[in-house]
Amino acid sequence: MMAFVFWQFAALAIVAALLCITRKNPVASALWLVVTLFAIAGLFVLLDAHFLAALQVLVYAGAIMVLFLFVIMLLNLGRERATDIIGWGGRVATLAVAGLLVTQLWMVRGAAPPPELTLPTGALADATRTLGAVAMISEPLFRDYLLPFELTSLLLLAAIVGAVVLAKRKV
Amino acid sequence: MTVVAVESIWLVVLVPFLGFLANGALSFTRPTATRLIGGVGVGATALSFLLTLGVVAAFDPAGHEPVVVTLWTWMGVGRLSVDLAFQVDQLAIVMLLVVTGVGTLIHIFSVGYMREDPGYARYFAYLNLFVGFMLILVLGASFPVMFVGWEGVGLCSYLLIGFWFSDKANADAGKKAFLMNRIGDFGFLVAMFLIYQATGSLSFVRVFEAAPQAFVAGGRLITLVTLALFLGCTGKSAQIPLYTWLPDAMAGPTPVSALIHAATMVTAGVYLVARTNVLFAMAPVSSFVVAGIGAATALFAATIALKQWDIKKVLAYSTVSQLGYMFLGVGVGAYAAGVFHLVTHAFFKALLFLGAGSVIHALHHAYHHTDAAADPQDLRNMGGLRRAMPWTAAVMWIATLAIAGIPGFSGFFSKDEILASTFARGHEAGAFYVLWGAGALAALLTAFYMTRMMLYAFHGPNRTGEAEGARVHEAPWVMTGPLVVLALGSLTAGALNLPAILPGAGWLHHWLEPVTELGAQYVPEAHLAAATEWTLLAFATLIALAGIVGAVVFLKPARLVRAADAVPEVGLQRLLLRKWYVDELYDATVVRPLVWLSDRVFWRFVDQGVIDGAGVNGSASIARAVGWIGARFQTGQLGTYVFVFVIGAWLILRAVVR
Amino acid sequence: MLTESLVVSAILFGIGVFGVLVRRNAIVIFMCIEVMLNAVNLSFVALAQQLGRDGQVVVFFVMAVAAAEAAVGLAIMIAIYRHRASVNVNQINLLKG
Repeated sequence: MMAFVFWQFAALAIVAALLCITRKNPVASALWLVVTLFAIAGLFVLLDAHFLAALQVLVYAGAIMVLFLFVIMLLNLGRERATDIIGWGGRVATLAVAGLLVTQLWMVRGAAPPPELTLPTGALADATRTLGAVAMISEPLFRDYLLPFELTSLLLLAAIVGAVVLAKRKV
Repeated sequence: MTVVAVESIWLVVLVPFLGFLANGALSFTRPTATRLIGGVGVGATALSFLLTLGVVAAFDPAGHEPVVVTLWTWMGVGRLSVDLAFQVDQLAIVMLLVVTGVGTLIHIFSVGYMREDPGYARYFAYLNLFVGFMLILVLGASFPVMFVGWEGVGLCSYLLIGFWFSDKANADAGKKAFLMNRIGDFGFLVAMFLIYQATGSLSFVRVFEAAPQAFVAGGRLITLVTLALFLGCTGKSAQIPLYTWLPDAMAGPTPVSALIHAATMVTAGVYLVARTNVLFAMAPVSSFVVAGIGAATALFAATIALKQWDIKKVLAYSTVSQLGYMFLGVGVGAYAAGVFHLVTHAFFKALLFLGAGSVIHALHHAYHHTDAAADPQDLRNMGGLRRAMPWTAAVMWIATLAIAGIPGFSGFFSKDEILASTFARGHEAGAFYVLWGAGALAALLTAFYMTRMMLYAFHGPNRTGEAEGARVHEAPWVMTGPLVVLALGSLTAGALNLPAILPGAGWLHHWLEPVTELGAQYVPEAHLAAATEWTLLAFATLIALAGIVGAVVFLKPARLVRAADAVPEVGLQRLLLRKWYVDELYDATVVRPLVWLSDRVFWRFVDQGVIDGAGVNGSASIARAVGWIGARFQTGQLGTYVFVFVIGAWLILRAVVR
Repeated sequence: MLTESLVVSAILFGIGVFGVLVRRNAIVIFMCIEVMLNAVNLSFVALAQQLGRDGQVVVFFVMAVAAAEAAVGLAIMIAIYRHRASVNVNQINLLKG
């Protein structure tokens, strides 16, 4: 049962991604990307990462993609236009490269993590049930990863300032 | 009781250098203070002479070991340690007295001679510097210290030859002297390297001590070392093949010619051979080369002097010729004889040059008054000067008789000693008789051309010109005084080393024995029978008289015309006048090819082509080319960059994932 | 499910790379980069199921950084558009050497 659902979501993600990268219209690309994100959020749930699935939808699909769409509209790129996909020669070469990359990554698939590190099956699900989905993330976040957390907030501050400055119309 | 200790010898060397500094400063600040400058210049040299006398008085004449005064360690590199040290022994003392004594007289002469010259202070500064370096040369206790002096006198020679450098010919003469000396210096250096390698030391005492073990007598190494040393001598002492700079050096002031190119610097080569006598004695081949070249030079230069019209050129070739005699002497193993001739030659040659200087000075003044353009140095413009300059004429005749070898005068004894020593070795090899013959022939020619010079200058009718002739007068006493002193020396110096058959003989020979005994082990002591000795003496006298009488009979001063009206020579006369075209030969075979080589090969090809082109510009071009290749990667296209990114990521994955 | 997740992640990543290389519209390239990021996030989460919740924390951070990057990147795109009236990366080549 789980496998079936899993493969449904997986297939959806892959198809949506393919469609995303092949649309001429940037708006269409963006919307197909949203679909991809949703599918991945589903996969997250299946992998016992409930909070992250929620974050995925809220932050990624809800905020980042909205931003993308804003910018596309702002720059008036929503019209039908000539394709911007490079010619077939480049496509073939790139396909080869991408293929190689995937092959490499494929090699890793068989490798299992070392047994001494592996948690017992279902341990994560149990923990989620016990602690609660939010606590699963927040506890390490405010304990072990406090410093990266604070630094990330600084990073976001910098990004805000940078984005405002860069996009300002210089009068 | 001695006032000065032998250890104070460094003072003798220091004083002239102080004089140089003082006069050098004066040349910038008060160049017209002639009395002060002259006082400092003469005073420094005279003080040096007095100190030398003090050292001589303190010196133990029976001492067999030289007194080495070490000042400080000059260089210590690895196993090599060279000290700044002076060595006082019998030979050094002889040279000291000559340098400081004759030097002082010439300084005094210069006070009068150079009085009107604007470079007065510079002149005395350079002259003092020269004396300082010459003293280092003769007092050096090791080859490097001696070399410092050797190079230093070369430098001063260059500075003084080109003293009136605004005339390019004078500057060229200075350059020529320096460059030819450089060739000789190369030989000196090579010899030094070989000596150090063989004996492990460069100080005279140690080298001469170690020489019998370090070298095989008569072997290739010692022959090479001594030949290399002799190359240095041919440069410094103007022997064949490096003699052509000396006649050109007459471009300098006449007292310079007297001091440097007659009495002191050019004798440095003879001093070197005498100093290293043990090395030369161990290499009979080299010694014979020295003697052979000496004899050949003596004869060759004498032939050129026969036809020269410039009074200084006659004396210059005469110097080259007499130096040949000295080398003949030290070449056959008669080191004391060579040094003896050095001493007597210093007296009469300096006297001749200074006398010529007086004459030139007088004629120059005469022509200056009438603004004539005639050459004051040309014999054809002189004549009958004994009437106007009796003292000068008298002392110059004394010098002429000395150089010609008239019995009683100093030159007779010194020249005879050399020729007798050469003859005495004749029983070993017939070649020595040939050398003796060359020497005898050169003596005949010497007498001839010196008499010729005197006849043309001082006797016969006066050709200077009506207006000028009347203005010629004797030089002031500041110039004539030293001449008289030198004349006394030329008369009496013979007593230093009388021939074996006369009583009181060989004083100088005995005096120098502690220095020459090392070499004497290897050279067979040659003795002549008394009868042979007397025959040779008589023969020498005959030759001298024949030369003088021949000149008087065959040369008619009355038939000479002024230089301006003279007819150019032809045939053999021209060949002699043009010095056998040796300068032209050198120019064609050595100078032009070198200039061509420097221009075409070293400059155009190596410097411009290889170093500039390939090296400097080439490396820039390569850098630019590499940069161009690198720039091809900077397409500015994002796609390209990302593509390369991906490739890189793939490669890293490949490397990491195994 | 680890193996399957990793396979899906690899495929998505490859798709993302392909997209970055073939498209010339800068905004679309950005979107393809987001695809790549998400593929990586999937990997982390899959491994977290086996190795502990640290993987999920990393995903959290990745999302935060991706947000920041998207904001700044789009701001740059706007600025470039103002100067060049185009977001075609072929025309943004002032660094051409």
